[in-house]
Amino acid sequence: MAKLRQAAIYGKGGIGKSTTTQNLVAALAEAGQKVMIVGCDPKADSTRLILHSKAQNTVMHLAAEAGSVEDLELEDVLAVGYGGIKCVESGGPEPGVGCAGRGVITAINFLEEEGAYDEDLNFVFYDVLGDVVCGGFAMPIRENKAQEIYIVVSGEMMAMYAANNIAKGIVKYANSGSVRLAGLICNSRKTDREDELIEALAAKLGTQMIHFVPRDNVVQHAEIRRMTVIEYDPTAQQADEYRALARKIVDNKKFVIPTPLEMEELEELLMEFGIMDVEDTSIIGKTAAELAAEAVAA
Amino acid sequence: MGLLNREEAEALIQEVLEVYPEKAKKDRAKHLMVNDKQLESAKKCITSNRKSVPGVMTQRGCAYAGAKGVVWGPFKDIIDISHGPIGCGQYSRGGRRNYYSGIAGVDSFCDLMFSSDFQEKDIVFGGDKKLAKLIDEVESLFPLSKAISVQSECPIGLIGDDIEAVAKKKAAEIGKTIVPVRCEGFRGVSQSLGHHISNDAIRDWVISNRDGKLDAGTPYDVAILGDYNIGGDAWASRILLEEMGLNVVAQWSGDGTIAEIENTPKAKLNLLHCYRSMNYIARHMEEKYGIPWLEYNFFGPTKIAESLREIASHFDDTIKEGAERVIAKYQPAMDAIIAKFKPRLQGKKVMLYVGGLRPRHTVGAYEDLGMEVVGAGYEFAHNDDYDRTIKELKDATLIYDDATGYELEEFVRQVKPDLVGSGIKEKYAFHKMGVPFRQMHSWDYSGPYHGYDGFAVFARDMDMTVNNPCWSMFKAPWQKPAEQPEVQAA
Repeated sequence: MAKLRQAAIYGKGGIGKSTTTQNLVAALAEAGQKVMIVGCDPKADSTRLILHSKAQNTVMHLAAEAGSVEDLELEDVLAVGYGGIKCVESGGPEPGVGCAGRGVITAINFLEEEGAYDEDLNFVFYDVLGDVVCGGFAMPIRENKAQEIYIVVSGEMMAMYAANNIAKGIVKYANSGSVRLAGLICNSRKTDREDELIEALAAKLGTQMIHFVPRDNVVQHAEIRRMTVIEYDPTAQQADEYRALARKIVDNKKFVIPTPLEMEELEELLMEFGIMDVEDTSIIGKTAAELAAEAVAA
Repeated sequence: MGLLNREEAEALIQEVLEVYPEKAKKDRAKHLMVNDKQLESAKKCITSNRKSVPGVMTQRGCAYAGAKGVVWGPFKDIIDISHGPIGCGQYSRGGRRNYYSGIAGVDSFCDLMFSSDFQEKDIVFGGDKKLAKLIDEVESLFPLSKAISVQSECPIGLIGDDIEAVAKKKAAEIGKTIVPVRCEGFRGVSQSLGHHISNDAIRDWVISNRDGKLDAGTPYDVAILGDYNIGGDAWASRILLEEMGLNVVAQWSGDGTIAEIENTPKAKLNLLHCYRSMNYIARHMEEKYGIPWLEYNFFGPTKIAESLREIASHFDDTIKEGAERVIAKYQPAMDAIIAKFKPRLQGKKVMLYVGGLRPRHTVGAYEDLGMEVVGAGYEFAHNDDYDRTIKELKDATLIYDDATGYELEEFVRQVKPDLVGSGIKEKYAFHKMGVPFRQMHSWDYSGPYHGYDGFAVFARDMDMTVNNPCWSMFKAPWQKPAEQPEVQAA
């Protein structure tokens, strides 16, 4: 049996983590890999394209119904979808109440205790909520859990900020354990010189841009049908992109402790690529009237 | 009132259930039964280890209580850090009467309380740095401690601090075992899950520390599991095992040490007293090291003799003869105790409501004194405990799981036992009802109750409680004659 590899996917909210993860996992399954996805987001939308469902029954939802998580059995929470992919959603409360982070911790502990990480698996992917807002969302990168982290990013400013922040979080856990940054996945938003920019960011973080996933409407066409591109249209150009990403991840050997950028450094990079204007410090704190007076004087 | 027959007992349960709203009634009905010795398994008749009904007075504790208070607390050279806000540590300190030999604050730490005293900022920014600092302080203030455990209070599980990483790092630095215990109080339905979590933590962080380095030991090595040395219980048990020729390598956890845990894998037989709180680690050692385990009962001479013989049956003739020698040696003293107290206690009825072991294990001791257990129940037992209980109790005995305050009071009001044995939270309610009461968690400042020495204390305590003259000084409300309205003279 090959050693089980566990990977966590992080990135700014709305960047396409769940879509990318599911397409990637479908490509891995197509290539004969045994994979499990663990959705770590109370929205529970990490497995719908694999299961063709609206939202899978989550561990926390079922535990709440049964009384406690001790009352659940593995088969209650584990669903099998396209390509034999095992799917679990941790689930959690609606926005604004309760503690979603605890839901992630409880769910992952439950899976471990119930032996979900069986010997046949090659990969486990954790699809994690956009921001690592509390310790609970860092659970997947604790020791003996995900060893490699992929950050989904695009050429937009906020996505890159988020990626850099996530890298900071990884440093903390890398120092106390064996988790490593394994690469940036660029999910293209068709911004200018996007590939070069993400390559440059990756270099500064000490990692690699493992793949550039171009934008293609077929992804949306598949999603409407609650399918991955791999399943919906295996002949599509985009399916090959996900296959390429899958291959690169299988072969990936570059696992690093990232070197996150200082804010100024990141801003310089953004300015270099024309995403951010050079800051004019002479105008800070000036009212409209003062600026008008200056303009007249000049 | 005499003993209830089956119909009366069932009618009593129905009557008690009557006051509940429909949903609660349906739920509670599953936790109450009338004993039937013919049953193979309790499963069809009683439900246990389920969450308590909201709104009732339950006597249960939490996972933290089961971990810190029950399993870890009595190990004397392990410093238990209550990790989180101050209350859990402070209010769980020193109430259990688990004795140890040693010097408090020097080489023994059962009396002390260590807390990370979480503040707002620790919740917001995380408490792992504080934990690391606390471990440094513990190490410099108490250098003779042999290990540290980190007992998670609720907030630790919510903010997701990685206490495992801290434990690992600091353990390497100070060269001592540090065990993170994920016993957040909100986990599980009672303290029972805390026992399980603690057993698992010992399995993962301690038990295999000396694998490959242990000597073979002697053919007579045994370990005592699940004796917390309440009032000296484990000592009164250990001497009997030693007298019969066995070599006790470890006490879990009363008066025990981390070295004893680490040495347990060389035991040839694990002796399990409290099955509920330590069956998990006994099973693990059976699986990993091939050590068989045996449940025994050291309450009362009848059960002690049975247990000594059963233990001896796992060894050679030297030990078998040893067991007979021990029984013969103590029997005259036991006969004298029974001759003295049985006439004073004969026919007295007892109702018990305790933790996970004593409602069945003390039945034999009461019977040795001519007393009869007419009701028994557990706070946090599981079905396998009830399987064992139905065989120990007489037919038609009331059995109650996770009983509510109301149910207990009502059962006692109607069954009118001569003695109630339960915990400190129940004690004063029954005192006010005029019913003799013994605290059966910590032996009411007395003990030991285990072993032959313990039975002498047990018999004396039951007698002085049941036959205490104070009970004739006042009448319980139902015994008073109806009050005559005063007639006002015109």
